[in-house]
Parts: sequence; structure tokens; C-alpha cells
Amino acid sequence: MRIKILAASAVALCLGFGSAFAAEPQVDRQAGMKAIGGSMGALAAIAKEQKPFDAEAVKAALTTISTSAKAFPDQFPVGSETGHDTEASPKIWENPSDFRAKALKLAADADAVLASAPTNVAGVMNAMQTLGAECGQCHQTYRLKR
Amino acid sequence: MASTFTKIVAAVVVAGAAGLGAAYALTAPDPQPESHWANLGNPDLANGEQLFWAGGCAGCHAAPGAEGDALKIMSGGRALPSDFGTFHIPNISSDPQAGIGSWSLAQFGNAITRGVGPKGEHLYPSFPYGSYARLAPKDVNDLFGYLKSLPASSNVAPAHDLPFPFNIRLAVGGWKFLYFDDTPRVALANPSEQVKRGQYLVEGPGHCGECHTPRNALGGFEAGAWLAGGPNPEGEGRIPDITSGSEAIGAWSEDEIVNYLETGFTPDFDSVGGSMVEVQKNIAHLPKSDLEAIAAYLKAVPGR
Repeated sequence: MRIKILAASAVALCLGFGSAFAAEPQVDRQAGMKAIGGSMGALAAIAKEQKPFDAEAVKAALTTISTSAKAFPDQFPVGSETGHDTEASPKIWENPSDFRAKALKLAADADAVLASAPTNVAGVMNAMQTLGAECGQCHQTYRLKR
Repeated sequence: MASTFTKIVAAVVVAGAAGLGAAYALTAPDPQPESHWANLGNPDLANGEQLFWAGGCAGCHAAPGAEGDALKIMSGGRALPSDFGTFHIPNISSDPQAGIGSWSLAQFGNAITRGVGPKGEHLYPSFPYGSYARLAPKDVNDLFGYLKSLPASSNVAPAHDLPFPFNIRLAVGGWKFLYFDDTPRVALANPSEQVKRGQYLVEGPGHCGECHTPRNALGGFEAGAWLAGGPNPEGEGRIPDITSGSEAIGAWSEDEIVNYLETGFTPDFDSVGGSMVEVQKNIAHLPKSDLEAIAAYLKAVPGR
């Protein structure tokens, strides 16, 4: 368990340094999206019982989702509409307040799940359904491709 | 005795009239005979609901932004932009005036499988009857019964906003003559029952090819590129290739395709986006056996 926490902290540190030193918001936000994807994957492995229930892993995944989502509103500044193979839709810059609200809602919902952390597989499934639907809801409007 | 000149003029007039007659005969609205829609009995509403989700009716005909139970109110009103102008999606709720509540099964069946409206007029192929043409009469009957069981809405959508010459409905007859085709989109060698079911779902109600197959300048499918992807007909971005040779999903297993359709997540937990979000949500209502059939069929479709 201690090793896992250490590993998670190391990953979090790397992510933190990554965003501190990277100059390109497109790269930062793509890393954030991938981190959320990885966390959803970790939750799904537990929900599908491919991996045993692990309360710490669940907390780490939820924390990553929350932290990454909180950063999104500032990672789409004017001037970052193109480049780095971005799949961001121009609609983000047409409606920044709605985009911001959707990102912060994902963070708030992840925090809410954390506050009463899931204690079993069913709880993880519920959390996945809530948070997973938000990926699609936001991507429907604000992401090009797929 | 008529002069040579008169004879030539007469011949040209006759040939012209015959040509026009032939052109009209080839492009006139072509509904099914009444017997096609007879003796289908009481609709099976559970099967009708499956077709409702497979067909993605709510994706266009529910009100803009509708979610949850509101997806079952077919009020119309969404705008569908295209290279040919903006289509305004009509009301197909059970309302007898604004919707289809007073239509006969034959009227509904000819609209959805032949692109012929209730007054015998051509419908625009933005309504994907080129795919729905494959629907079995029983499935049409079940879907019609289900749609009539949904709530009524009195909303009246605006008329389509199309520039000349696309605003001439008669011209749709020419499009149908060129491109309307209810035969299988791909020839499959010895398909299993599961693959055949997948073919029915994908080529028929699912109308996947309407976005996933590239089109030519007149809006017909490019030959030999079934499901091979192309520019997004609604605007920005590209629609991915979903054949077995696809860069996007060719490496996915059938289970991974099923999981994507069920949950909206790719194997590496990227999420569904764009227009595919509501398509995925609709398709997720189908029984798992149908999702497996779709995956099996996609694996059987040859790459470009």
C-alpha cells in the first residue's frame, strides 16, 4: 500500500512539474484529459471486477479527475485555438462561461464522490456512471472529431 | 403533304415529350403497393422501442438539448446544417395535426422506406430513408405503433431553408434515381446469422453509413468506400473510418467495440465526442446481443 501511495505521489509530482514548466496550454490540457481517461480506466477495471476493490486507488483516481478538471478553465486561453493537433472546438471560445461551468461541475461531482468515498464495487459503478456521462456531455459540444 | 421541316419539328416534339415522360416515370415518387403494409397485425411496442433507439429517432426529432424522458417527445425543431442548405427537422410526435398521429401505416411506411411524404411528395434524403429502406414491414409497423404511443407535441417546425435548385422537391426524384438503393451495401461471403443481424442494424435502422461513408458532390455515396469515413457533413472535423481496416478502431476487439457502444469509452478510456455522443447513448439501449452483432458486422466490412 505504501508503495502505491509513493507511486501515486510521484506521478502527481511529475504531472505538477509538467504543467509548471510546459509553455503550451494545448499540451497541458491534453495531458489533463489523458489523466482523467486513465483514472476512468482505473475505476472501470474495479467496476468490471477485473481488479479487486482498492479504496486508495479509487481515491487517487477521483482526486486526479477533480484536479485535472479544475485546471481546464485556464488551459484554453485565447490564442490556443489551434496547434498541437488540438481537438478543441471553436465553440469553447464562443461560450467560455458554459465551458467553464461544465469543467467545474465535473470537478465538483468528483469531489462529492470523494467526500462520501465509495466503499464497494457498486459505489464505484455509480460514480463512473455520473462522471463518465459528463465526459460525453461536454465533448458533444466542445470537442471536434469522434 | 407535310414538309420535311414540319416532320422534323413533330419528331423533336414527340421525342421531347417521350423524354420528359420517361424522365418523370424514372423520377416520380414510388411508394410501396398497399398490400406491402397490409395484415401486419397489432404492433409489438417493445420491439418498436428497440427500433426507436436503433434508428436514433430522438437524435434528430427530439427538441434541441432534450435529455431523459424529453427524448421521447418527437416535437422536431432542430436545425440540421448541410452543404445543400439548412434542414428543419419536422414534428413526428403523435399529435394528429402537428405530428403523424393521423397518418396511416402505409403513409408512415412509405415515408420511412421510400422517401415519399403523406401527400405523395418526395422527401429530402436528410431523412435517412436510403438506409431505413431496408426495414422489414413488421419492424416498420412496430416502430409506428411505438411512435404513436409517445406524447403529442403541437410544435410546428419551420420549412427547410434551401437555396435554388435544392428547394425544388421534384429534383429529389433525380437524386433517388441516381442513388436510392435498398440492396446490401457490401457483399459478405457466408455471413453468420450474427453478422447478418449486424448488417441489418448498421445498414438499416442504425443508418451508420449516412455519416461514416464519404459522399460525392451530389450527395451520393462514393463507390467502394462503405463506412470508410470522410469529412463531417454537418461541418468541422472528420468522421472516422469504422471498417476492419480503420486506423481509428481497426485494432479494437469486438468486445471493445461493444464496450464503446455501451459506455462511450474507447479501450484506452478516451471518450466519445461530437455527434457520436447521442448516437452512442441511443445505441446503448439495445440488447447486448445486438451490440455484439454490430461489432461482428463491422469486423466483416472490408477496409477501403
